[in-house]
Amino acid sequence: MALPMLLTDHWYDIRDLSNLTNPLLDFVGDNISSELAYILGPLIGFIASFLIFVLPSQLYVGVYGERKLIGRIQSRLGPNRVGPFGLIQPIADAIKLMQKEALTPKTADTIIMNLAPVVFVAPAVLLFAVIPFGPRMIVANVNVALLYYLAVSSLPVLAAFMAGWSGNNKYSLFGAMRIVAMSISYEVPLVLAMLGVVLFTDTLSLQGMVLWQKEWDIWVGMLMPVAFVIYFICVSAELNRTPTDIAEAESEIVAGYLTEYSGMKWGLFYGMDIGYALAASAFAATVFLGGWSMFGLDKIVPPWLLLVAKTHLFYMIFIWTRGTLPRLRIDQLMAFAWKFMLPVALANLLLVATERMLWVDAFDSKQVFLFLFMIVNFASAAAIIYAWARFLGYKPENHPTKPRLVKEAGGYVPVGREVR
Amino acid sequence: MDGSGPVVAFWLLAAVTLVAAGGVLVSRNLLHAVLFLILAFIGVAGHFVLLSAEFLAMAQVIIYVGAISVLLLFAILLTPRAGRDNGETKAFPVGALLAVALAAVFLFVINDTNWKTVSESPALAPEALGEALLTSWVLPFEIASVLLTAALVGSIMLARTAEEEAEDALA
Repeated sequence: MALPMLLTDHWYDIRDLSNLTNPLLDFVGDNISSELAYILGPLIGFIASFLIFVLPSQLYVGVYGERKLIGRIQSRLGPNRVGPFGLIQPIADAIKLMQKEALTPKTADTIIMNLAPVVFVAPAVLLFAVIPFGPRMIVANVNVALLYYLAVSSLPVLAAFMAGWSGNNKYSLFGAMRIVAMSISYEVPLVLAMLGVVLFTDTLSLQGMVLWQKEWDIWVGMLMPVAFVIYFICVSAELNRTPTDIAEAESEIVAGYLTEYSGMKWGLFYGMDIGYALAASAFAATVFLGGWSMFGLDKIVPPWLLLVAKTHLFYMIFIWTRGTLPRLRIDQLMAFAWKFMLPVALANLLLVATERMLWVDAFDSKQVFLFLFMIVNFASAAAIIYAWARFLGYKPENHPTKPRLVKEAGGYVPVGREVR
Repeated sequence: MDGSGPVVAFWLLAAVTLVAAGGVLVSRNLLHAVLFLILAFIGVAGHFVLLSAEFLAMAQVIIYVGAISVLLLFAILLTPRAGRDNGETKAFPVGALLAVALAAVFLFVINDTNWKTVSESPALAPEALGEALLTSWVLPFEIASVLLTAALVGSIMLARTAEEEAEDALA
């Protein structure tokens, strides 16, 4: 892949961290064995991405930042006791979790219960393999990276299901069923939204998408605002973030599938929830916000720093929605996915496909038309969403109009609404 | 891809797949069987990767692991007593006979096929696959989608009771 970059190959050019690792890998490959280099390469990539990005983000954006920001939103101070400004709080939390006793109920399915946190953690690590941190900083440059991401991100649902089922607890099972039902429903509009992106950028590779956005100087998020919004809503539903976290809604079903977990086994679920949210933010930054490119700024600032900044910005929206929106009911969420988002995603796909056809066949792939499409898409996004919500959409039931099992429980049934 | 890496990966994946498939057969608890089945699916996806068919591997994980297994789990949860005591059933001899017959057919086909070896990976790129599906194989593709739609409509018809229809008409 030819890269029109000003990057150099000197080891001190930290704008591309592979300058540091490539000599080492070449040395190992030439002098020891090529297979060792083959194993060492991904290993270095994973360790580096974890040290530079995942671990600090998880501790200081995921745990500390989230608690602090939500504290400010709710007129509290947030953690402020351990260390200056409470900065050592996440480390203290981790130590506390590790020394807590991990209980296992007597009637639980012990093997599956212990296996579930492990199965939950592994895909979170694997997701970062396909995120491009720079023009050459990518652990696995697969040409079906987008599908890989969708495939791997469907695995934690199984782990959550295992966790909920193995506890042998009513509330755990409710949580497990809810998370499975939600992830099946929300995967459909999510994949449709991604399909529009793939259609327009003509590639399934995440690196290819970044290069496309760099080449045309436009972000996919600007070009397809509907897809961006759908992605955000769907992913926050799949990740169990607060406006949609009915799988662990503590006011309804204790803690959902985590009810029977304690100590570090719970800690793994908690930590990796943040890990998945970070991975989803990095994916959104890559696909919708231009990834490591930034309209030429990436020639001066290290590209990986740009990606990290965009990821954290996207994560801030997660925190913001978590702090300000009330939790939805499960029937509202399911109806929202099937009756609202699915038609909107289909309309967006139709629009984007038409534009793609026009752009290539009628307009000779000229850049001006991309900006024209951007304006058209923003206008049509507002029109579609407003029209669908106004005239055809699901009207939220503030008070249930269909009394089911109300009379049997001695409840009030409005006149004219009796079910015979 | 040369060297011992792919060989090691092949045998590891084969072992995982076969052990998981065996686990599906011997586990008494249906839910354990489904979890073993998921492991077997993932092993098969690994084999696809070894054959340079990344697209098929990802499709395998998305469809079989992410969707079909989850539906199986749902079906098991919604069926009373399905999770326990599935060791003995009266249909055991018939099932064994069917399994042996199926294995015989598969072995015959595998043995009889003239397997070709190619020096470089065939055109299994997503672009080629998409083009083939929408040009030369468009009729089977469309038939499959119509079949799926029919199944969807049929399952909704079966699942809805008369009372529910009446209730929804009322609202």
